[in-house]
Amino acid sequence: MTLQQISTTRRAFLAGSGLVIGLALTPRLSAFAATKGVQAGGEDALTALNAFVKIGADDTVTVLSKHIEFGQGPFTGLATLVAEELDADWSQMRAVHSPADDKVYANLAFGLQGTGGSTSIGNSYEQLRKAGATARAMLVAAAAEEWGVPVGEITVEKGRIKHAASGKESGFGALTVKAATQTPPENPKLKDPSQFVLIGQELPKLDTIGKTNGTAIFTLDIATDDMLIAVVAHPDHFGASVKSFDDSEARKVKGVIDVKQVPQGVAVYADNTFAALKGRDSLKIEWDLSKAETRSSKALEADYAKNFAEKGLEATNNGDVQAAFSKDGVQTLEAELVFPFLAHAPMEPLDAVFMKAADGSLDIYTGAQFPGMDLATAAKIVGLDPSKVRVNTQLTGGSFGRKAQFGSPYMQEAAAVYAATDRTRPVKHMWTREDDIRGGYYRPMYAHKMRGAIDAEGRITAWDQVIVGQSIMGKADLDETSVEGASNLPYVIPNLRVTSHNVELAVPPLWWRSVGHTHTGFAVETFVDELLQKVGKDPVEGRLALLTNEPRHMGTLKKVAEMADWGSTVPDGRSRGVAVVRSFGTYVAQIVEISAGDDGAPRVHKVWCAVDCGVAINPNVIKAQMEGGIGYGLGAVLFDAVTLGEGGKIVQSNFHDYRSLRINEMPAVDVAIIASTEKPTGVGEPGVPPIGPAVANAWRRLTGSPVRRLPIVNVVTS
Amino acid sequence: MVTFTLNGKERSFDGDPDTPLLWVIRDFEKLTGTKYGCGVAQCGACTVHLDGMTRRSCITPISTVDGSEVITIEGIDGPEAKAVQAAWVAIDVPQCGYCQSGQIMSAVALLQVTPKPNDADIDGAMAGNLCRCATYHRIRQAIHNAADAMEG
Ligand code: FES
Ligand code: FES
Repeated sequence: MTLQQISTTRRAFLAGSGLVIGLALTPRLSAFAATKGVQAGGEDALTALNAFVKIGADDTVTVLSKHIEFGQGPFTGLATLVAEELDADWSQMRAVHSPADDKVYANLAFGLQGTGGSTSIGNSYEQLRKAGATARAMLVAAAAEEWGVPVGEITVEKGRIKHAASGKESGFGALTVKAATQTPPENPKLKDPSQFVLIGQELPKLDTIGKTNGTAIFTLDIATDDMLIAVVAHPDHFGASVKSFDDSEARKVKGVIDVKQVPQGVAVYADNTFAALKGRDSLKIEWDLSKAETRSSKALEADYAKNFAEKGLEATNNGDVQAAFSKDGVQTLEAELVFPFLAHAPMEPLDAVFMKAADGSLDIYTGAQFPGMDLATAAKIVGLDPSKVRVNTQLTGGSFGRKAQFGSPYMQEAAAVYAATDRTRPVKHMWTREDDIRGGYYRPMYAHKMRGAIDAEGRITAWDQVIVGQSIMGKADLDETSVEGASNLPYVIPNLRVTSHNVELAVPPLWWRSVGHTHTGFAVETFVDELLQKVGKDPVEGRLALLTNEPRHMGTLKKVAEMADWGSTVPDGRSRGVAVVRSFGTYVAQIVEISAGDDGAPRVHKVWCAVDCGVAINPNVIKAQMEGGIGYGLGAVLFDAVTLGEGGKIVQSNFHDYRSLRINEMPAVDVAIIASTEKPTGVGEPGVPPIGPAVANAWRRLTGSPVRRLPIVNVVTS
Repeated sequence: MVTFTLNGKERSFDGDPDTPLLWVIRDFEKLTGTKYGCGVAQCGACTVHLDGMTRRSCITPISTVDGSEVITIEGIDGPEAKAVQAAWVAIDVPQCGYCQSGQIMSAVALLQVTPKPNDADIDGAMAGNLCRCATYHRIRQAIHNAADAMEG
């Protein structure tokens, strides 16, 4: 379906749904005295039927999203699950972030509240449908009681509760108070997928209108007249700390209220943002580098490579790799790959607002990806009982993994900045883009060494892969996130060994959209492509022949080949590449068509993408995540690295030297979703891994040069 | 003292004349649709219309705005703005949404000058607006759809 077609179907939805676009687009001309944050859990006037569903007297149904909405669509997805079983009309659905609660709102895949690993839809699929079905049953029971008719004679459709025989009819709002007193059924019957009315439809997203007219509130937008804006001066080296500082010039800046040392650096508090920034620029700080990382990226690379010769942690060891390489007539292929540190660079830099309530309790507004952890961390630092702290998760300008941090190090800084004040004024703590690019918690730097064996008959008989990098989980033994995608190689190769080495650096590591697959996907898919080329096999046919145990890999690969008319003639000067990666239970195959751009770097014209994510809850959201994942991943493989210069000083600082893909570099994208009745799996991350290797494979076939080091632009244009 | 109009209303500012227009709009006028993304004219999240042209408000000192007319996302109006916003909604362009005020300000300005833009026109007008969620594919489509809607 083209976007044009989507917009036609969706217009039908919009027209029928009572969404008044004209009203929503009315310009807001007057200045506000204050911008309030959005209260977690929805307005007090709503009636809760369970932890996830609240209904208003005006018939609106508000779904409490335990997952943060930062662009991947959980508000819409979770509301769809509820609406389906509630038999609601889409126009009455609303969504809001739930309060922080690691039990009630646990991610069932994690055991605590959190968003990540592309799990939001998967872990909620039954839970939220059950919440909808339970609420429906309570409304029906209330109607039966009210009307004195049997429950079994009542029907619900598009938000209307009806009793045909008596002609009685009601919306949800009029019955919700009574419904709340009914006993919820233990195990309400859920619909069979064949009965779905809303699941699988391209329903308009619930958060679009506010994000189109400037009214959507993000943490950075929250403001009161007496609010302090705080920024922190951070060191240029990881692991450095404040030795001494001189704030005399900073304090002279009009609007600067105070300067305090915090564990993370020196905080400047001001009446407005510009004064805070100016004050920070005027600080003179001497840093203690005794515990800092002082190696450059170049030095780290050399240190990483030393590990290749050492015995590593074994992730997989099938067959006899050693023997396969020493057979007579075996040809070998070797490759060493280097992956840089990557910043997530979400569009909204990290931020948090702290406001003391009249009773002494504390409201925190922030983009909380692990709300329970953020709450516990903040409570400890400000010295309040956790029951006296509320974390109100706000709409958030992206994350890509950045806001999911064990131990909440960002919240540690923000809370310390608030705690250092006298707490009479609300405080907004914000990071600038420079703080963000230089703030660490990167996708770690990795090095891979690959060896492949091809026997006398041209079969790929052995694969030996060594992966060196930081353990994201902070483990001394094998970290699955370092080897995922390689240790469970989908290709049938009789002798397979994957080992890893964990290295220690002062640069804090973190998951970055698709985690281990950001590098293992690239390594595996470029290396298998080179091996296939060496044995004269077609990249698609050759892969299919090695994927005999993997029907869903095969399904997406065949589909994408069909979409791209793989094997047809490609225009002069262009070349194509393919990759297929399973990540987070979702299968994605992509084919790219590229040429060499004017600057000598690859120019990607077109991407075909086939995705198998089980039941498709909202095809439009799935396509959007594929498009976004492709653009995000492409920008990184083409342009991005955070590097440490001489002495370990961080080199990059903002979008001029940490490049993002721009619209003129975005390829046309065509997405197909494989029809499936499997349980739904996530789509936030899986669009990312295949794009890099697909481009690198096309580039190798175009130029003869394999890509051994990312970003590609550094190699081809330097 | 600097005076200017903001979304049609007379405003004045007598703070630090170096204060970027972005922070005047956000901190002093409390209009928060205009976003901070980089502070160095690299991302376009802060795009406003200044005397009818797009301007990165993060690098525009308020002292240079004296006597000017400033329009933000809260104040845009007219056929181009309506068409662009409706086109954005129709295909659900936004993901996280944080960049989108800036995208829309740039798209509206484009259509005001070039009612029927081709892809190269769109690249030229929109390349200064980053979207980390990479909604570019839909931005392009929505601009074409808005142009079509205005024509038809
Ligand atoms: S904030 Fe002005 S261009 Fe980025
Ligand atoms: S929608 Fe997220 S940055 Fe553009």
